[in-house]
Amino acid sequence: MNESAIKELLYKIADDQLILGHRNSEWTGFGPLLEEDIAFSSMAQDKVGQSYALYTILHSLGEQEPDTVAFTRNASQFHNAIFTELPNGEYDFSLIRHFLYDTAEIIRFDMLTLSSFQPIAELAVKVRAELRYHTLHANTWVKQLGSATEESVARLQQSLEYALPYALGLFEESPYEKELIETGVFGGEKLLKEKWLERITEILVQTQLQLPDIKLIEPVLGGRAGKHSEHLQPLLDEMSEVFRIDPTAEW
Amino acid sequence: MLSTPDDMLTTNQIIQWLEEVKDPEIPVLSLVDLGVITGIEINGQSVTVNMTPTFTGCPALDMMKQDVIDVLHKNGIADVNVVISFKEPWTSDKISEKGRNALKQFGLAPPPAGKNLFTDIDVLEHAACPRCGNTNTTLKNPFGPTLCRSIHYCEDCREAFEQFKPL
Repeated sequence: MNESAIKELLYKIADDQLILGHRNSEWTGFGPLLEEDIAFSSMAQDKVGQSYALYTILHSLGEQEPDTVAFTRNASQFHNAIFTELPNGEYDFSLIRHFLYDTAEIIRFDMLTLSSFQPIAELAVKVRAELRYHTLHANTWVKQLGSATEESVARLQQSLEYALPYALGLFEESPYEKELIETGVFGGEKLLKEKWLERITEILVQTQLQLPDIKLIEPVLGGRAGKHSEHLQPLLDEMSEVFRIDPTAEW
Repeated sequence: MLSTPDDMLTTNQIIQWLEEVKDPEIPVLSLVDLGVITGIEINGQSVTVNMTPTFTGCPALDMMKQDVIDVLHKNGIADVNVVISFKEPWTSDKISEKGRNALKQFGLAPPPAGKNLFTDIDVLEHAACPRCGNTNTTLKNPFGPTLCRSIHYCEDCREAFEQFKPL
C-alpha cells in the first residue's frame, strides 16, 4: 500500500475537520439563538477531536505530533478545501455550508468504514456515528428554514448558490485517486460526489429551495494542493496564537 | 520465579480497582460501567488497560486516562500502560445495567438500549424523562452541555432534562 497516498488522504480529511471545526467554534457566543450557539460549539468540539484522531494516525505513520501538525504549518501546507476556510458570514451561509459539508463528510466516512487501511476503517465507524447528529441538525434546519418565510427561503437560496462552487471543491481529485481506489483504501471522489448529490437532492426537494444544475457550475479547486484563499492564514494565525507564544503551555 | 496466589494479578481484581474511577462529568458512573474499558492485559506485574472514548473529541479522556493510572499505582502496580484505540468502538449499548441505573439516579436519562435505534428519529424525539418516566417529551437540541448529552423537555414535569446520547 502506498503510504504517500494514504497520508495525502488523511491530511485532507483531517485539515477539513480542523478548519471547519475552528470556524464552527467562532459561533460560540454569537449564535442566533442559544440552542444554535451550543450546537455549533459541540460540532466544533467533535470536528477538532476527529481531526486529532486523524493526525494521531498520521503520527503513527511517521508524521509529527498532532499539535505540531495543527499549529505550526502555514496556509500553503494545509490541504483543506477552500470551502471550509471561508468566513462564517451570516447564519444562512454557515447553515448551508454545514449542510453541504457534513452530508459529504458522513458519506466519506461511510465509504471509509470499508477501507483496506485498518486504522482509518476502525475510526470511520466511530466518526460516522457521531456525524449522524451533525447531519440530523443540518437537515432539520434546512428543511424548516427552507420552507419558512419569504426571507428565510431567499437567504438560503442565495447562500446555496454562492456556496455550491466551493462545495464542489471538496471533491477535488487526489494525484493518487486511481491507486486509492484500486487498493481499496478509499472509493474515490467521483463516487463520493455522486452519492452526495443524491443525498442533498433528497433533502432539498422537501423545501422551496432550488438546486441549480451542478453540471454548469465550475468548482473552486486548489485547496487540496495548498492553494488557498486569503482567509486561511488569518484563521491559522488566530488558532495558533497561544501555541506560537509558548509551545509548552497547557490550557 | 513462581508467583504465590497472593501476588498474582487477575483481571477481576483490576476491574474491581477501576470501579473507583468515575466519569469526571458524571461522578456516579464508573468507567467500567460506562463501557470505555475495552480490555486488560496482565504481563507479570505490568498492566495494560485498553480504553476507547465515548465520543472521539471527548475532552475528559486525558483525565480519565490519568485517573486509571493513579488508581492502579495506588494499588501497587508500578508499571501501568493505557492504550487508547478505536478497535472496539464505544456505543451507548456498552453502558452496563448498573450504569444505566446510576445515570437515572443522577437525573440523566440513559440512552435507549438496542442496536441502531438511532436511525429512527423518534428515539431522540421522545426520550423517557428520568423523573417521571413518561415519553411525553420533546427534543430541544441534539447537542447539549457535553458532547455526550442532548437536551429535552418533559411536557408532564414541565422541566428540561438531559439524555446521555445514543451512539
